[in-house]
Amino acid sequence: MIEARGLTKKYGEKTAVDDLTFTVQPGIVTGFLGPNGAGKSTTMRLILGLDSPTSGSVTVGGKPYAQHAKPLQTVGALLEARAVHTSRSAYNHLRALAATHGIAKSRVDEVIDMVGLQDVARKRAGGFSLGMGQRLGIASALLADPETLILDEPVNGLDPEGIRWIRDLLKSLAAEGHTVFVSSHLMSEMALTAEHVIVVGRGRLMADMPMAQLIAQASANVVVVRSPQATALGKALAGPDVVVSSTEKDLLEVTGLSAAQIGDQARDLGISLHELAPKQASLEEAFMEMTRDEVEYHAATPANLNGSARSAA
Amino acid sequence: MTTLTAEPAHTTSAAAVQVQPVTQARVLSSEWIKMRSLRSTGLTLLAGLVAMVAVGWLVGWATNAHWSRMGPDERLRFNPIDSSLTGYHLAQLAVGVLGVLLISGEYATGMIRATFAAVPHRLPVLWAKAALYAVVTFVLMLIAGFAAFLGGQQFLSSHGTTLSATHALRDVIGVAGYLTLIGVLAVALGFIIRSTAGGIATLFGLLLVLPGIGQVLPTSWQLHTLPYLPSNAGASMFTESTDPGSLSASGGLFVLCLWVVAGLIGAAVLVKRRDA
Repeated sequence: MIEARGLTKKYGEKTAVDDLTFTVQPGIVTGFLGPNGAGKSTTMRLILGLDSPTSGSVTVGGKPYAQHAKPLQTVGALLEARAVHTSRSAYNHLRALAATHGIAKSRVDEVIDMVGLQDVARKRAGGFSLGMGQRLGIASALLADPETLILDEPVNGLDPEGIRWIRDLLKSLAAEGHTVFVSSHLMSEMALTAEHVIVVGRGRLMADMPMAQLIAQASANVVVVRSPQATALGKALAGPDVVVSSTEKDLLEVTGLSAAQIGDQARDLGISLHELAPKQASLEEAFMEMTRDEVEYHAATPANLNGSARSAA
Repeated sequence: MTTLTAEPAHTTSAAAVQVQPVTQARVLSSEWIKMRSLRSTGLTLLAGLVAMVAVGWLVGWATNAHWSRMGPDERLRFNPIDSSLTGYHLAQLAVGVLGVLLISGEYATGMIRATFAAVPHRLPVLWAKAALYAVVTFVLMLIAGFAAFLGGQQFLSSHGTTLSATHALRDVIGVAGYLTLIGVLAVALGFIIRSTAGGIATLFGLLLVLPGIGQVLPTSWQLHTLPYLPSNAGASMFTESTDPGSLSASGGLFVLCLWVVAGLIGAAVLVKRRDA
């Protein structure tokens, strides 16, 4: 269990983490989502005590990380930047980390096998590909069989097989009762892995809720309607709480009405419908929606029709 | 290369992993593995050892060969002990560079974050690195010092001396002690400066450049500053200096120790306080 209370980190004038309060529960995979530069890595460094907070606090298992007698058994971490000496072999890197906690060499061999690095374990870590580096980082994180796992962008540089392996690994660790906290800027990846999600934008907490709720909330009952009389239908549907937009002829996207309401209204008007589909927003969209105001630069979006229908030219 | 274990379910394995609390002794063993597993450690220390011995022998041989052409002043200034230990000038480069590199290498590669995540109290890492490097340097440089001295005296032939001569043993041990303290100072600077280039520049600025700058000070100031610089204080430990105001061997040892302690305190404060 990770508990952050009013966690704040400033680097000079820049606030990297801004008053974050959240709890990461054991037994599930919790996603930590945010655009690049949102403060995810900083938050993870704060949890591990590598950086000290400007204000606020964060504990793991009820205590600050540094106060644990066996820190590697408390938290196993994969940090974004590779934390490996490039001239040392993967095997010796793991052996040195293991030695701080009196962990046997046999466990080092075990984690090397587990991540599939047995063929290159004796080679310089500096020559590793990004994917191999990630595997070594994951091996270090698993070394002491930690209660809590913190992984910063673990799927970076992994091939599809490796990505699936990570996904299964995280789920099985969570199922065993571990606390699993995984950051990513890939919303689609999180949708497949995380049950709970914490979203940050520019260091601030944007959301802290079950993944399903985030998606449901973001879907905001958008209904896709295809009709040969789209223009007329759009005009008829328009209302104070209804947004009708159109990206192509015959096609409407309606926000604020259910599919049933639209269907009934079309029948009343005698307008035929060729398609009527509630649209499930992807996590990607949910995330964009949430962090739109928190991203410093973003591309302009196609103008929406606000309250009134526009002729679908 | 990347055949993955099919079942990720046994990551936490049937038998629980035996994990012990972090202690200074465990940090020492971890740092010992780290130090041995970098090729640069062995190569640099070997270079220091070879430099120490080779220069001592070469100077002995050259002095003996040119003895007949040396003037009376030169012969008077000649000291067979100092002559065989001249290689320390080169050896201190190797020892100093490696001392900085052992620390700055971790910062440059990001390894330091793994190190401090495993040992969040951090100071045990500083003590372990300093202590291990001190022991390794002292043992190797003591061997090098004896080899340089004994071989050097052989090359000096009739102009040489023996270990039983006044100060001979003290100087051989003293030179090893000096190089050890410089190594520890380098480790402290590595933690303070964190970059390889900056750390090495600071160390050798202190050892080689500062005494040169000191030469342009008024003589009365020189007397109160130059002997206390780490290089000069250290040299007092193993050379028969005739410079005015130079410290005694034990005085030099004391002053150099003060420098090292100051460096370690500075490193400890910064390591504890700074973000990794």
